Amino acid sequence: MRDVVNSLINGFPDGCIYALVATGLVLGYRASGVFNFAFGAQAFTSATVFYVLVIDHGWPRLPAALVAIVGCGVVLGLVLDRFIFRLLRTAPPLAKLVTTIGLLVGIPEIVRVLFGTDVKNRPPSIAPDPDKVFHFGEYNINGDTMMTVVTTLVVIGVLSFVLLRTPIGLRMRAVVESPRMAQLNGLNADRVATGAWVLSSVLAGLAGVLLAPLNSQVDANAFTLLLVAATAAAVFGGLSSLPLTLAGGVILGVSKDLIVRVFHIDGEPARYIRPSVPFIFLALSLLLLPGLRRRREVTDPLSGVDPPPPALAVTYMDPRLAKLNKVLFAVFIGVVFTLVQFSLSGHFVQEATKGLALTTIFLSVTVLTGLGGQISLCQASFAGLGAFTAGQLAAHWGVPIFVGMLAGALVAAALGALIAIPCLRLGGLSLALGTLAFALMIENTLFQTAWLTGAPQGVEVPRPVFLGIDFGQDRPFFFFTFVVFAICGIVVIRIRRGTTGQVLAALRGSEVAATAIGINPVRAKLTAFTVSAAIAGLGGALFAAAQNAPVTDKDFPAVYGLVWVLLVCSLGARTVDGAVNAGMSFILFPVVLEDVLRLDSNLVLPLQFALFGFGAITFARHQEGIVEFQKRMSIEKFNARIVKWRGPAKSALVEPAVVEPAPAAR
Amino acid sequence: MSLLEARSVTKKFGGILALDAVSLSVEAQEIVGLVGPNGAGKTTLFNCLLGMLRPEGGSITFDGTELTRLATYRRARLGIGRTFQRVELFAGLSVREHLLVAERVRGGGGGLWQDLLGRGGPRPAEIRRADEVLALLGIGDVALQPVEALTLGQSRLVEIGRALIGDPRLLLLDEPSSGLDATETAALGTVLTDVRRERGTAILLVEHDLAMVRNVCERLYVLDFGALLAQGACADVLRDERVITAYLGVSG
Repeated sequence: MRDVVNSLINGFPDGCIYALVATGLVLGYRASGVFNFAFGAQAFTSATVFYVLVIDHGWPRLPAALVAIVGCGVVLGLVLDRFIFRLLRTAPPLAKLVTTIGLLVGIPEIVRVLFGTDVKNRPPSIAPDPDKVFHFGEYNINGDTMMTVVTTLVVIGVLSFVLLRTPIGLRMRAVVESPRMAQLNGLNADRVATGAWVLSSVLAGLAGVLLAPLNSQVDANAFTLLLVAATAAAVFGGLSSLPLTLAGGVILGVSKDLIVRVFHIDGEPARYIRPSVPFIFLALSLLLLPGLRRRREVTDPLSGVDPPPPALAVTYMDPRLAKLNKVLFAVFIGVVFTLVQFSLSGHFVQEATKGLALTTIFLSVTVLTGLGGQISLCQASFAGLGAFTAGQLAAHWGVPIFVGMLAGALVAAALGALIAIPCLRLGGLSLALGTLAFALMIENTLFQTAWLTGAPQGVEVPRPVFLGIDFGQDRPFFFFTFVVFAICGIVVIRIRRGTTGQVLAALRGSEVAATAIGINPVRAKLTAFTVSAAIAGLGGALFAAAQNAPVTDKDFPAVYGLVWVLLVCSLGARTVDGAVNAGMSFILFPVVLEDVLRLDSNLVLPLQFALFGFGAITFARHQEGIVEFQKRMSIEKFNARIVKWRGPAKSALVEPAVVEPAPAAR
Repeated sequence: MSLLEARSVTKKFGGILALDAVSLSVEAQEIVGLVGPNGAGKTTLFNCLLGMLRPEGGSITFDGTELTRLATYRRARLGIGRTFQRVELFAGLSVREHLLVAERVRGGGGGLWQDLLGRGGPRPAEIRRADEVLALLGIGDVALQPVEALTLGQSRLVEIGRALIGDPRLLLLDEPSSGLDATETAALGTVLTDVRRERGTAILLVEHDLAMVRNVCERLYVLDFGALLAQGACADVLRDERVITAYLGVSG
């Protein structure tokens, strides 16, 4: 009994925090139908501003809090609404996901660039007297915690009243159901949504400033972790009910504390169990509560009024241009091989090899997101799993690394299927949330264990000796990597052109029509997810072997999984060359920033991630990817030029040379 | 035994009774009409027949097979095709590809391994079959067009073609003539009778255009507020007093 009361006292404030964040998420979602992954990033922004004002500039707390919470919140809310969320309201679900995940990655990096990349230790509290202790019988609560609890309860109370009992709330709910319909009834939908976003943004700021003191430093990852945990509470409330959201938050907070106490888990296992609780809670809520599932059926009856920007649906390549293209491609590959073998420096060859290995990982995104139309945010976990499996098999059982790499792919595929089965039934947002939670859990648990990752020094992934050839040196290994990448590329192309690709294209176009012709949607998506996980695992092992140093958990942090997906989506998720472009950009960008532009090396990674994150905003407009878009434009141009020069092609009906499914026009 | 037999199908949305113990049957090779005012539950009935919605009560059998617990895709594979009131096409695929993917799925063939061996592409026999269906529907000339470029009339025909290529024994058509002009509607009526004659497909037709209903349907069901109002031979039902008041309206 003492345990339970203690857990209640300990877990309740935590639960309130989850509830506060969840409330902000629900508010934004209800205002615009966009699930705001960037909420944690907004909270991080306000927390950083508050820290800088109080600690670095010595401001008093009250004005600093006002600027950080209200000032930052309003400005950020207005900017995001005007330039991003407003455009997203009628965008396809995939575009909403990619864009807000882009903000989740981009905003903290920009904040780091603006306010310094140094570690911000011991964040200040806004409670008037944080160390004052309130006594409740034999139990004690400090001022900081009290502040959090009281604020949360007040905010949720006021918001519930506004949403359910006032005309403003009614308008907000109308705008969520159908912005166009609301406008036809004389409502300024844009203004209502703007108001909701500003409010949600201020809530994010409040959450950020309140929560920062609970961690030892202002840390963007802690806020992302919080976001996932809070999502569980939001899902508990069906993404709409605020009181249920509060209940969900409290249950989560208390049970997290209770599990550890009741089962007397301490030390090592407790470290693994605590981060897993939100994930398990989220998985259970997604599975057992119909809230999200029902949400999927809500579609704006007038959504056709805002059609997505027209895309070139199918690109027809003049047969002569196609022939020229093939010849030029062969010449290009020949030149690259010659340069690698005879001319380029060892460092450059190594970077290029890493780029190719990364491209192989990126092909997993091509399969799942480009062909399957689904988003997974745990590709970095699969890649890491592949690498560690291959490394451990080689180190402990002397398994040839080539076999080890395939084993790594299999392990990743098996785990991928296991994750996907519960999430896939529920559709895009759930899969993104579930995989993000999973990635964070893996990062904090499995990847911290010595038997898998050899933590802390890591595990060596050797390079293969195969068919009597030693691929240990950088140049031979480049060719080995190229062959593995090429095989994966061919696999992707064959899947796209074959039955699986066509079935996935049909599902992307219209799931309801696809099932009506006999397509089993769960099976098709599961196939895509499993193949994708396998490719990620193989690519991860390849990447580990390419980097010439033991592989550690630092090589595959969860945030990489997010950045990778964003990069591939914004450059071109449907094609192999899209993945190549993404892989090479990821490797070459730091080189350009550091060696060519001579930037401070501390700024390189934040700038790179900020750019990739914000780059994802282009996805809403060009879902085929910006590079792919440019490519199609130039194909059109060259077609016209060839026809002008040599006359029209012989056969009147030209078969499509590039069978590129256009973005779902919904 | 009837090809399709629905017995007292009941569906509620919250407190609203969308379908109140509706029973209906379609014989093999028969064209049956289903009419009623908007909101009468016609599309809901279609969704229950194909399993896109789960009814609270009643049973549905198709050719002797109990459907009630089967997933949508399994019912489709048994030989029920459907079209949608709001056109649902696979954006990005060409007209012919719509038929090819349906054909491949129906055959059940072509798994991942076939794709990986490079044998996943369309076979000549499949392309021939697809082009036959397109010719029957009179849209052979747009086979290679992306569906975004089609008119609404052509899009509706593509939907019918996509359902037809699976050689369904029953076709559920949800207001195929809505949004079409008089000429296109007349042509569509001809296409439907052609389809039945050449392929022996039974058709359950939800339609507001009564001229077309009169021309093609043998029997008619009238649905109003989720309940069956009348049924029987087409001409008799359209003369029924209750049908005239509830649906057709009293003129002059």
